[in-house]
Amino acid sequence: MADGDDRRPPPGSRLLWPLLALPGTVWLALLFVAPLYVVLAILFGGVDPILREPVPVWNPLNWDFTQFTYVWDHIVGHAPFFRPALVRTVLYVTISSVLCLLVAYPVAYFTARYAGRWKGVLLAALIAPFWISYMMRMLAWVNLLQTDGLVNRALSVGFFHVHVDWLQGHATTVVLGLVYGYVPYMILPLFAGLDRIPVPMLEAARDLGASRWETFRRVTWPLSRTAVVVSLLITTLPMLGDYFTNDLLSGSPSTSMIGNLINNSVLTPGQTGQAGAFVLIILVVSIVPMVLYVRSTRSGQDVMT
Amino acid sequence: MTSRRDRRSPAAWYRDPWRKPWVLGAFTLGYLAWSLLPVLVAVLFSFNAGRSRVTWQGFSMRWYYGDPLRSVWHDSSLHTALTHTLMLGLLATVVTVPLGVAMALGLDRWRGRIPAGANLAVLISFVLPEILIAVSLLFVATVLTSPLRLGTSGQVLGLVTFQLSYPVVIVRARLLTIGRDYEEAAVDLGASPFGAVWRVLMKMLLPAIFASAVLVFADVIDDFIIVRYLSGDSSTEPVSVKVYNTARAAPTPALNALTTLLLVASLVAVTLGFLAYRWFTRGEKGRSLDVFAGEA
Repeated sequence: MADGDDRRPPPGSRLLWPLLALPGTVWLALLFVAPLYVVLAILFGGVDPILREPVPVWNPLNWDFTQFTYVWDHIVGHAPFFRPALVRTVLYVTISSVLCLLVAYPVAYFTARYAGRWKGVLLAALIAPFWISYMMRMLAWVNLLQTDGLVNRALSVGFFHVHVDWLQGHATTVVLGLVYGYVPYMILPLFAGLDRIPVPMLEAARDLGASRWETFRRVTWPLSRTAVVVSLLITTLPMLGDYFTNDLLSGSPSTSMIGNLINNSVLTPGQTGQAGAFVLIILVVSIVPMVLYVRSTRSGQDVMT
Repeated sequence: MTSRRDRRSPAAWYRDPWRKPWVLGAFTLGYLAWSLLPVLVAVLFSFNAGRSRVTWQGFSMRWYYGDPLRSVWHDSSLHTALTHTLMLGLLATVVTVPLGVAMALGLDRWRGRIPAGANLAVLISFVLPEILIAVSLLFVATVLTSPLRLGTSGQVLGLVTFQLSYPVVIVRARLLTIGRDYEEAAVDLGASPFGAVWRVLMKMLLPAIFASAVLVFADVIDDFIIVRYLSGDSSTEPVSVKVYNTARAAPTPALNALTTLLLVASLVAVTLGFLAYRWFTRGEKGRSLDVFAGEA
């Protein structure tokens, strides 16, 4: 044992680690991986003609693609009544994510670099929305955006009389609601990334004659790019499945997104397969960003060690 | 010095390399106001004497306990939602944290194909849109004949599945900074492998465990998608579902009162967690809040 080379683990430990990891692993296998397969079995299964209940087909060789092609035809085919919601999802989520980044980056940057002795207080205030329930934050806006609510009254100062029905299917309201809801989740990873940048490196850039803007563009921004990617993923992926922000702030089919399609079909008899198809679409769309995320956490750990 | 600076032209101010970042500071303050004021207004109106949620009619505790029919105290559908939310939070946290901590320890040292797969599953469940997990579990509960039942048990099973990645990710990050030296020293000094983990590593992991417990609790009482799909009937509908169902149907300020109470519960949990965290990390150098900020 005295020699460093002879460091074999003691006999008991070989069993200890699998034993510790096994309960969680079995849990995820049974309640995370297997249910995703159930979705596929239902989507590619049949529907009981009388009871309108889904009949899952477990063997991939016997899979029936009718339900999926039905949905697919109504996205790309002649009667594309699912298409607008998908286009809106892409539009709303893209615009909201970009707006989130435009708000979150300066705030995280200021907190990490200039907050000084206020850093702790500021950080606590930035984390606060985490402890406030999402529904409460949306409820707050439902109250403010009523036709006789504070927003309209604030806008009516002076000669104008603003009487906008903000909550009746306005795309702007939905996008701003998404930004309001998801910005806090973006600020924290950005802050963590920006806070890690060594200050001497920025001072060196300034000493060597770079202006503020050049220092930002050529040092800070490249060093924070990983944090930007991670924070975009952390906000964009949940937004893809969001339907409640939409329901609370608009509730109109003219702004519905893919999450609303899932929510509307999942509890309707005979349409469970459709819900499965939309779930599959989200899954496929999120796989690429997820691979990016997993790779970025790996490289992050390499840097840390 | 300052007076000379104040009289400069805007261009000179702009060119000063050491000027204070007023614009960024104002932007940050503006963001904070935008982010927190609406919630404060909602809290304020929970104390409104009248029925309106937009016009202030005087202070009262009517919507908390005064109103004999519609206050949180007297309307059973409201306080059931609150107690159910808190119960789900406690149950899910109690199951998730031990399961996740054990999994983090195991995955950190166990090499092979199974742990690699489990690791991937953890990371994917960390970022996968929640609606996918909720829909798949709903199908398992309703289409198949399985032990998964709608109602409290189903909600807890679903929540644990979704939250499991939090303790795993946080504890593994902490394990990475601890390293293996302490544990090997303990084994060299005669501890069994299990003893080394239990008596040495666990002590050092306590801050991370507390942090993840607080995060899981706060996230569970905030959860909506999973608890809604897996709720059996109105008696297992938590606050978030109650808000979703009634927010657009001309609710009374009692709904504001309900969410305010939930906010208080959440703040109490966070304060307790933070104090415990400070207690466990006393004497340690470094930024003690990193574990809250980095992984959430």
